[in-house]
Amino acid sequence: MKNSLNRFVPDGYKPFVGSDEYKKQERRLIKEKKTSKGFTELKDVSDLFDKLNITDGMTLSFHHHLRNGDFVLNMVAEEIKRRNLKNIKLAPSSIFPNNKILVELIENGNVTDIYTDYVNGPVAQAISEGKLKGTCVMHTHGGRPQAIESGDLHIDVAILGVPVVDKEGNGSGVYGKSACGSLGYAESDLRYADKVVFVTDTFVDVCEKPQLDGKYVDFVLKVPAIGDPAGIVSGTTKITKDPVGLKIARNAAQLLDELGMIKDGLSMQTGAGGTSLAVAYYVKKRMVERGIKGSFASGGITGYFTDMLEEGLFDELFDVQCFDLKAVESIKKNATHHAMSGSKYANAFDDNVVDKLDFVILGATEIDLDFNVNVTTDSHGKIMGGSGGHSDTAHGAKVTVITTNLVKSRLPIIKEQVTTVTTPGEDVDVLVTERGIAINPRRTDLLEKVKNSKLPIYKIQDLLKIAYEITGEPLKTEKSDIPVGVVVYRDGTVIDTVFKTKQVTK
Amino acid sequence: MRRSLLFMPGNNPAMLQNSDVFDADGVIYDLEDAVSVTEKDAARILVSQYLDSLRRTPPMEIVVRINGIDTEYWEKDLQAVVSDKIDSIMLPKAQVCYLNQLDEELTKIEKAKGMTKKINVIPIIELAVSVLQIDDIVKAPRVNGVLLGAEDLSSDLEVARTKQGNEILFPRMRLAYACAAYKIDAIDTPFTDTNDNEGLEADCNFVANLGMNAKAAIHPNQVPVINGVFVPSAKNIDWALRVEEASKQAAAKGLGVFSLDGKMVDKPVMDRARKILLKARKYNLIDGEAE
Amino acid sequence: MKRGIAGTLESNDIMITVKESDTLKVTLNSIVYDFFHTRIEKVIYDTLAELGVDKVDVVCEDKGALDCTIKARLITAIHRMEGER
Repeated sequence: MKNSLNRFVPDGYKPFVGSDEYKKQERRLIKEKKTSKGFTELKDVSDLFDKLNITDGMTLSFHHHLRNGDFVLNMVAEEIKRRNLKNIKLAPSSIFPNNKILVELIENGNVTDIYTDYVNGPVAQAISEGKLKGTCVMHTHGGRPQAIESGDLHIDVAILGVPVVDKEGNGSGVYGKSACGSLGYAESDLRYADKVVFVTDTFVDVCEKPQLDGKYVDFVLKVPAIGDPAGIVSGTTKITKDPVGLKIARNAAQLLDELGMIKDGLSMQTGAGGTSLAVAYYVKKRMVERGIKGSFASGGITGYFTDMLEEGLFDELFDVQCFDLKAVESIKKNATHHAMSGSKYANAFDDNVVDKLDFVILGATEIDLDFNVNVTTDSHGKIMGGSGGHSDTAHGAKVTVITTNLVKSRLPIIKEQVTTVTTPGEDVDVLVTERGIAINPRRTDLLEKVKNSKLPIYKIQDLLKIAYEITGEPLKTEKSDIPVGVVVYRDGTVIDTVFKTKQVTK
Repeated sequence: MRRSLLFMPGNNPAMLQNSDVFDADGVIYDLEDAVSVTEKDAARILVSQYLDSLRRTPPMEIVVRINGIDTEYWEKDLQAVVSDKIDSIMLPKAQVCYLNQLDEELTKIEKAKGMTKKINVIPIIELAVSVLQIDDIVKAPRVNGVLLGAEDLSSDLEVARTKQGNEILFPRMRLAYACAAYKIDAIDTPFTDTNDNEGLEADCNFVANLGMNAKAAIHPNQVPVINGVFVPSAKNIDWALRVEEASKQAAAKGLGVFSLDGKMVDKPVMDRARKILLKARKYNLIDGEAE
Repeated sequence: MKRGIAGTLESNDIMITVKESDTLKVTLNSIVYDFFHTRIEKVIYDTLAELGVDKVDVVCEDKGALDCTIKARLITAIHRMEGER
């Protein structure tokens, strides 16, 4: 079957129709899990598997707030391997290179299905090579909570790393030696999994402002360390010094200005990448010069935004995930720096933050003539990421700006058709590159506002031509016909399929 | 007319292929100090192939800094890079005798290659002797701008290079006057701390007030700062626009001299206003075509 | 045996090694092989023809260089093989 973007949809999945289709549906909610008073403390991981009776075929979920320093998913994986359990389904909100142990489990058939919002490194490679017996289902950050709360993604046991847990079982991410800040992506798992286990390395008597409510917790396992602080958060996230990135950022900020987006009450989100943050820098410069005060910034939060909060440039921050230590410090001390759940952040059916955004700055691995964006695979079709919040914010924000180099290592980033669609072109408004800007022709309102602009604004077809003049036209590559994963849009429909990669010639 | 000239190392493909996107008024493809002696051949071939491959006329002046006339490389450099694709040759350690030699060689190559255009020359003043020769250097053939090279100059003088730049006050002023006299560009030495754009801006303002009208950049991130300084201020543009309007009205009445804001406006004042507007229009600060 | 090397393994560059040989042989490794190998090979053969070189062993390690860079590095490598700087 093909969906409305003419992309293949495997049997058993609903095809994507349009980004507004969710509005025709009611929110579906299963009952929240049974609550309990108090929790049982577990001795070790083996005890966890015994007490929870973890057996073949179960679905286990995890969050990725400990990112590339996470020990929790890995310690569970070790135990699955030791017990040689089969057909386990894993639902971590993201998978990073340090989770490479999963490759072995995939090859041995211990793990057969994966549900995640983002995956890179060796596990992504293994999935692309077709080693997973089942399917890799790739959600968005807003689609995952929706899949969980509706029961579409049923979780037997949620195993959640929590930096500190108190006597009542309440959990927080902002204290302890493995502090990682907001635990937003754990909240749906907490409420809707059949059983919930917290894995912590720090017990406290009372936890201030706990983000995770202890009433949902069944078991707590204390281990020496839930993660390696060096891999959890970086010291500071800095804006790029790359001159091409800065040129793109300057033009993006100038364009936002000419579109009238830099005004009192503005709300914005950027990725943590250097170029995205540089856009924030140039926006901030204008805000300071003109005494403009914004309402909020959201998403994964960096020290760059906490500085802006502390300088009074925003009223509030809505934080689903802290990207650096400064953000963790800020969420501890600033009352207007709020932790939020993945559902409040981006779930199409919740009263969410992304819908209130004025503009969002996002990246792209590829973008095509219809403005569809790929951040899921590389141009060979190999998985190297995933939506995360890309398609959620693109849909919610009034103006969605993609910033990217026009050419990277000879590859034009604009394609006639993207290899994989992550975010539909109907939600992507502007592309800013170092050699020019393209505005989605659907946005006649934006085109009208900049019709006298001195910025280099082209049709996207002309930008592609400029790229080809530099690189030459790339050869067309063919995909295999063996699906290894599906890209699930935030409403649960399939927007594209990821295929097994052919042997890449070197 | 230039504001910014950006140096790009000649043997770095990644930087060459993006050199045209940084809004510099000119890019200097460097075959001299940015290239090690073992890579001189590679750099001159790379730069010539890169320029040859450009399918669109780049939006800026194309300058190549060749190696000095006292080296074994300069003639090979010229043979490789001189073509209709470039606008100017930058000559390090310039002296009048070298500039004459360069002119002869360029004339030969232009003829041999059947070129339609005449290549300009930008000498670098980086020896004490060059400072003393400045009045003749600015009159040398093809010269339409002069760059001050403070690093080599201070080493020739055996004085320390400082951020404040007292050691180069004299050459800066000498260049400004010589260039103004012959209506060519006085281009200031690069600001070497690429992490201090505030210092760069102060330095630009200082030399702009001495009468220099452009500055070289050694990092693309310096270009926007430089471009922002070497243009007329909003206040001056506003004043010049009002002079232009008033002079039109005066001309219609047959008046050569008139008064604006209680001050007399005569030909020198009108000329200054015209220069301001020419620059403002050239750099897209106001609408209208630069004449 | 005479040989020449030019270029680097930096992004957007190509390292080309040429050796005297009885035949013409081109070996290409490239991070963009699937998308550009035909163009890269054409640049190499065309440049060798322009230089009048038809007996040489060419080994290329490409990191996404543009055609102009590939041509420049090949010319440099051949010149170096022939002892010209």
